[in-house]
Order: sequence, then C-alpha cells, then structure tokens
Amino acid sequence: MTGAGIRIEGLRKRYGSGDTAVDALKQVDMQVFPGEVVGLIGPSGSGKSTLLKCLGAVIEPTAGRMILDDEVIYDDGWKVKDLRALRRDSIGFIFQAPYLISFLDVTDNIALLPMLAGKPNAEARGQALDLLKALDVEHRAKAMPPQLSGGEQQRVAIARGLVNRPPVILADEPTAPLDSERALAVIRILNEMARRYETAIIVVTHDEKIIPTFKRIYHIRDGVTYEEAGQGLEF
Amino acid sequence: MISLAGRDIMHSWGKFVFTGAGLGLLIGVTLSMAGIYRGMVDDAKVLLGNSGADLWVVQKDTLGPYAEPSSIYDDTWRGIRGMPGVARTANVTYLTMQVRQGERDVRAMISGVTAGEPGTPGWPSYLVAGRQITRGHYEAVADVAAGFKLGERIGIRRNSYTVVGLTRRMVSSSGDPMVFIPLKDAQEAQFLKDNDAILQQRRRAAVNPAFNRPGVPGLLDAVIASQSTNPYVNAVLVQVASGHDAEEVAASIRRWKRLTVYTSGQMEEILVGKLIATSAKQIGMFLVILSIVSAAIVAFIIYTLTLGKIREIAVLKLIGTRNRTIAGLIMQQAVALGMIGFVVGKITATLVMAPIFPKYVLLEPLDSVKGFVAVVVICVISSIIAIRAALKVDPAEAIGG
Repeated sequence: MTGAGIRIEGLRKRYGSGDTAVDALKQVDMQVFPGEVVGLIGPSGSGKSTLLKCLGAVIEPTAGRMILDDEVIYDDGWKVKDLRALRRDSIGFIFQAPYLISFLDVTDNIALLPMLAGKPNAEARGQALDLLKALDVEHRAKAMPPQLSGGEQQRVAIARGLVNRPPVILADEPTAPLDSERALAVIRILNEMARRYETAIIVVTHDEKIIPTFKRIYHIRDGVTYEEAGQGLEF
Repeated sequence: MISLAGRDIMHSWGKFVFTGAGLGLLIGVTLSMAGIYRGMVDDAKVLLGNSGADLWVVQKDTLGPYAEPSSIYDDTWRGIRGMPGVARTANVTYLTMQVRQGERDVRAMISGVTAGEPGTPGWPSYLVAGRQITRGHYEAVADVAAGFKLGERIGIRRNSYTVVGLTRRMVSSSGDPMVFIPLKDAQEAQFLKDNDAILQQRRRAAVNPAFNRPGVPGLLDAVIASQSTNPYVNAVLVQVASGHDAEEVAASIRRWKRLTVYTSGQMEEILVGKLIATSAKQIGMFLVILSIVSAAIVAFIIYTLTLGKIREIAVLKLIGTRNRTIAGLIMQQAVALGMIGFVVGKITATLVMAPIFPKYVLLEPLDSVKGFVAVVVICVISSIIAIRAALKVDPAEAIGG
C-alpha cells in the first residue's frame, strides 16, 4: 500500500437536535500514515466509539472531511455511494472480542471478505492462508473459532482485518481481554503488519500495558482530539 | 462464494436435524390429514366403481342408497330391465352393522347381491382368494380389511355365514369393509325382528278382528306371512347397453318409472359433495390450522436462531456483507429446516401413520409435491420476521461503546 493513509479534518458529529442535541465529536483532526500504528486514547464518553463509527463509515458525521488513501470519502457528506463496499475493501476492523463467525473455520473466516468482494474461493483461501502463515497460526487453518485460544482468535481477527489489504485498520481495544504478554504480542503483530502491508492502524485503547508502545497518540476528550508524541517503546 | 447457510447448518446440524424432525412430525400429521381426505374420496369412488353400475335407481326424491335411506320394491328391476338402453339390472341392499366373528365383532357394510355371475352389478368385481357366492343362502364374500379368513363363520343377525371369498379395497364411503351376502339374506337381515317382537306382532294380528275374521279362513296366515317378508331393496343397479347414453337412459327411467335415477357422476357428487363434505371441511380446517402452527413454529425457530447470531450478523454487515446475502442466509436456513421437516414428515406419514391409521390414507404424489411447495412457501414467509430483525441490526453493534 503506497497511499497516504487516512486524514481527518474538522470532523464533527452531533446526535439529536435542538435542546436535546449532543455534540459527541466537536473537532477531530487526525492523520495516520501508511505503516504507522497510532493510539487513540480517551476516557469513557469522550467520543472514541463515535469517532470509530464515523471512521468506519457506520454512522455519518455531521461535518468535516475524511480522506482515505488520497480519496475524499467524506466532505460534509459521503462522497462514496457504496459505504458497504468501502468498509469491505478499504477499512479493516479488529474488535475488542474477536467476533469470529462461529460456523466458519479459521480459513473461511478470513477468506470471507475477499469472497464477498467477488474473488474466487480458491484465491481468497490462498490469501487467508498466506496471512495465517504470516501470523504464525497456519496450523489452525481448519480449526473452528471455539477451538482456538484467545491469542489465536485475536490473530485470526487481525488476519481478517488485513485480508483485503485495506489502507486503514480500526482496532477497537484489541488487547482488552488479553494478559500483558499476549497484549504486547498483538501490538507487535499489528506493528509488523502495518509495516509489511503499508497499512495505517488506529488502535483505540485505554490499556495501560500497550500505551507506551505507540510512537504517536491521539487523545480525545469531550469530542476534541489532541496529538501527543508517544514513548514508542521497543518490546 | 461459500454458502453461509450451509456452513451454519453443518456447524449445528444436530440442532437443525432435531428441530427439523420435530417440525417433520407436524408436517407428517398434515400430510396424513390430506391423505385421509384423499382416502375418503377414494373410498367413495371405489364404492361406486366396485358396484359395476352405470345408473342407480332409488326411491323417488331421495339421495339413496348411500347418503339417505331408499326403499323400492324388489320387482322394480323387471320394468327397468325392459327399457331401451338397459343391458343389465340387479337389486342391491346396503346395511352398515356390526358383524360377529367368534368373540369379536367388526363394523362392516353388508351388501345383498342378486344371484348371477361375476360382472353382475353389485357383485365384487374381483377376489383375492376363494370364490364368489354360488348358493342362495349363508355364504359371504368379505373384504380382507374386515380381518375374516376363508372358511370362517360370521354372524349377521340370527344367521351364520361361511366366508367363501375375499376381496380387497371393497369399502363403504366411511371406509368400513364390505361383506357381500345373497340378496334374500340381506333383505331378511335388514328387517328381521327378534323372536319376542315377532310373537308380539303375531299376537296383535290375531286379536285384531279385521285380520282374524271367523268367516275368512287363511286371512290371518296371509297377514302374518306378509308381515314377516321384506319385498324391498335399497336400489336397482343398472348397466347401460353399449352405444347408449347413460343420461338419456336415466331420463327415460325417471320419466316412466317415477323413480330417482343417478348417473355415476351424480352419485360421485352426492358421495364426495354431500356425504363426506363435512368431514372434508373438518380436515380442511385442520390443514389450515396445522399450516399456521407449522408457520408459527418455523418463524419462531428461525427468529430464535437469528437472534442468537445478532452479533455475527452485525460483524457481517460491518465487514461489507450485503443485506441480500444475510437475508439469503436466513431464508436458506428456513427452507432447509422445512426440507428436513418435509422429508421426516413424508417418511412419517408413509411408513408410520398411513399403515396404522384406522382409515385408508391415500398419499398421492401430487399432494406431496403440493405439500413440499407449501412447506417451502411457508418457510420463506416465516423467515421474513427473522430477516427483518437481521436487517435492522446496526453494524455499529459490532463496535463497542
């Protein structure tokens, strides 16, 4: 991926109207470059989830601008018609819990996305196996999700987020259910994948264990983002 | 693209199979109900077909002999036999009663047939064992459904009959097996009183001065003799000569004999349209109720299964799965459930319910096809609630907060 990652300018989101209106996002400005993993940190109610939903094209912002891989996708209104295809092809998601599809095996959990994008099954599965290999879980390719350990499930979820080679991945507290060692392992994998696939990764977290690993951190408070340099600790 | 529905079914096949089997029992009952109706119609048609008649001559203004009592003199056939277009005629009586055999009794329709030869109207058209009735009294041909065996003695009123032949699928419109006996015996059986009643009747006649006149010898004996004989039959069965139109012959008999005559089409209409109409409506209502219950069960099951996958559906929507793919997943599961249910239901109806059901259950292939289509349609419709629920799922639910 050689694009420009994701840039957000003056993003705002207001719920409701009149006296009951709530400004969940007041001023969000961010930029995440390809190959970079940044942290998005904030207390409960600060607007993290709303921002994630806006970035994930799940809800529509009220105003602002979003540029994904040099393409303006939002400018006071959506500029792409098929948000579903946008999410499928250009945005990867990693959730707090892996949320793997319970009735698909590991390979098909990952291959489902390229299949949805119209790729032949064999090709999609080939992509999935490549990622499983890269993430060191290829031996679990035929396993069903409940047969995996928590760490394995999270790695499969990361593979699913990466499989369509999206310019940006949104990771929503991906280390929350993991112990320190596994949490750091996940962050190591995310950094490695971001570099390997030139993907911009935004990690929403308030996990103290992993915050020192980010080189750049965006704090969000009362719907406003502030950029801060992170420690970028090697681990 | 892989089949998400297929994968989900394979993943939890036990749940699907057991749920489908439960649904299948309900579908089996539904198919059996339809089979019972078909069986009733078939019984009626078999009754008509086995009589070997083209026309039924019955008491004027009655729907006899199957749907209403009908009584005509047993010499009426002579006048009918001489009419143009009539090839053969035969008296016949029908009486549904309990027939004794040893310690048990069987409900059967007793049919009195005239002496003649195979092919005579009213005679059983074929036998599966034994021979036809050859004597004027005390021989019987019975349907195998009655459970009688060749050589067994059966009791009808005060007389005993030897089973000399067995038929198959000779039943009344109610499904009771038929027992054929000589006409004279059947006429006697229809009106035979018990000994006390006969004695009482004779005593009353003897003390009646009108019947016991001192100056008229033999009058009382004549009266008593007339009281103890039955000159009536229920119908005259008519075979129309080739080259003649049954309706024209029937019109001629109606005009000249002042009797009611039915063609086979009209008789079928009476049997199917009137005699079993109420039963058919009851079965129809059961079919509707069972269909609604099946639909409700499928809807509930699919809705429950869908609710159990809400988070996965949210994830699928978030990662770009189209609504029609998700709707297809649910609909295919509903149809698969219906198909499992139909297979179980068909097997249950064919191998379990039909053989043990006390009435004839006729499972016609076309009814099975219609049933299958109905099951698929019901499943598709039933899945709509679950599809609506799934399509309402917000992909944002996959994202915490």
